[in-house]
Amino acid sequence: MTNIRSRTDKSVRIFFFSVALASIAILFMIMIFLFMEGIPIFKKISIYDFIFGKFWYPTSSPPDFGILPLIIASIAVTLVSAAISIPLGVMTAIYLAELAHRRIAELIKPVVELLAALPSVVIGFFGMVIVAPFLQETFGIPTGLNLFNAALMLSFMSVPTICSISEDAIYSVPVALKEGSLALGATHWETLIRVIIPASISGISTAVILGMSRAIGETMVVLMVAGGAAMIPESLFDPVRPMPASIAAEMAEAPFRGDHYYALFATGIVLFMFTMLFNVIADHVTHKYRQTGEASL
Amino acid sequence: MRKRNWIAGVIITAVIFTSSMAFAGNIAINGSTTVLPIAQKVAEAFMKEHPDTAISISGGGSGNGIKSLIDKTTDIANSSRAIKKEESEQAKAKGSNPVEFIVAFDCIVPIVHTSNPLKNITLDQLKAMYQGEIRNWKEIGGADKPIVVISRDTSSGTYEVWEEKVMKKERVFPRALLQASNGAIVQAVSKNPNAIGYIGLGYMDNSVKMLSVNGITGSKETTLNKSFPVSRPLYMYTPAQPGGDVKKFLDYMISKKGQKLVEEEGFIPLN
Repeated sequence: MTNIRSRTDKSVRIFFFSVALASIAILFMIMIFLFMEGIPIFKKISIYDFIFGKFWYPTSSPPDFGILPLIIASIAVTLVSAAISIPLGVMTAIYLAELAHRRIAELIKPVVELLAALPSVVIGFFGMVIVAPFLQETFGIPTGLNLFNAALMLSFMSVPTICSISEDAIYSVPVALKEGSLALGATHWETLIRVIIPASISGISTAVILGMSRAIGETMVVLMVAGGAAMIPESLFDPVRPMPASIAAEMAEAPFRGDHYYALFATGIVLFMFTMLFNVIADHVTHKYRQTGEASL
Repeated sequence: MRKRNWIAGVIITAVIFTSSMAFAGNIAINGSTTVLPIAQKVAEAFMKEHPDTAISISGGGSGNGIKSLIDKTTDIANSSRAIKKEESEQAKAKGSNPVEFIVAFDCIVPIVHTSNPLKNITLDQLKAMYQGEIRNWKEIGGADKPIVVISRDTSSGTYEVWEEKVMKKERVFPRALLQASNGAIVQAVSKNPNAIGYIGLGYMDNSVKMLSVNGITGSKETTLNKSFPVSRPLYMYTPAQPGGDVKKFLDYMISKKGQKLVEEEGFIPLN
């Protein structure tokens, strides 16, 4: 009897182990593929010239493969979108977890999460058809397809991520901490600012970083609304071409295993490095500043 | 639209590759990515009518297609330019005698917002705009508004025509906006009174305004009589006078049915 049970136990464990292993294997295979297809470009151009080159003319002869404008565009779009989505997301989370009536919270929460369910192409279309003409007319700028529009659309996409992870973090702050603070005579506001937010800061940071990593990798939205000019932006309303947009626009028709093709994969490697960096930081923050008990505050 | 066809084409090609053993006839087509969507569309229709013929298509660029024609690794080479003299000599040295077929025409027209008073533009003005030398509409007789230049991704066939016929191989300046399809350019131009873009004639609709170039309006007629400056023929080459399945396919290509598909893809048919 015990024999059968332990055997079942073992086989179930092996089954789950192999399932877990499969996703790791897939990740590694994709990584190997990415590097195999991207590295050959560095026979033609040095890594330095690739990353810091200011001109991206992959099909002219002789071609220029400098992705600095694309990298700067990605970073700029992500930072501007973070500046919009962090206050929005975190404040919504605080409101939902601490201030809102249960009834209202139950109404708002699904709506915010629904924002995450909107397909990115729909958000992109909204940005292109509604927001771009609006920006053009309101600010009198030459084109509404620009850095700001893209950042705004991206922040719509990262708000749900930031909000729901932050809310979980705030929600899981031990009640005793809050009650202790209130018992000492602190107001609700003081408790919120001095106790609850510091206690959940690691969770909130993770939320912010994951939200930004979502923004930097997003493709459809930036392809549709960022404008696509491969130049280093000088103002908030300049058109830009982030890395994913460049890859998506050009990959379909780049000659298979040509220099342009390799250069696009190499751009993919750079992008992958960025998202990996974000994830490593998020992981580090979660572990290092984890709220392990009520005493560690 | 072209992109989706491209994906469909790859899938079909893959399926054909894996199952080609069962078929009798086999046609390999290689070359220009501009001609690719036409070749794919017509090949699909052709294979439906001739289920015993398998056609595999790949698009490695015009130069690549002609190179494989010289090396005799393909039955048909697609090209968006005429074969060069050296290439044809190379082919003859290797014992083949390339035969040219014009299968369609490409006609690219500049478009602006419907509120733009401009009607005509010269090739030189277009070039200066896309090089960033003319930046305001008033410089060419329009309103005092900045020009927003919209271009295509550099690997598209549409861009290739533009680069060749308008830019004369010069680079489009980095400030130009990029859109990934003809449809997206129409969309962007129709929403922006400052914009100028270019599209294949087949994608033209009422939401935008077409400009004539050097006084000539882009149309089927001006393309076919070669007076419209931003147009070019698209070619298919065979290594010798074609026979059998290859001949059948090329006949189908220039037949009414084939040319109707050409028109559906946004190109100018021969008749």
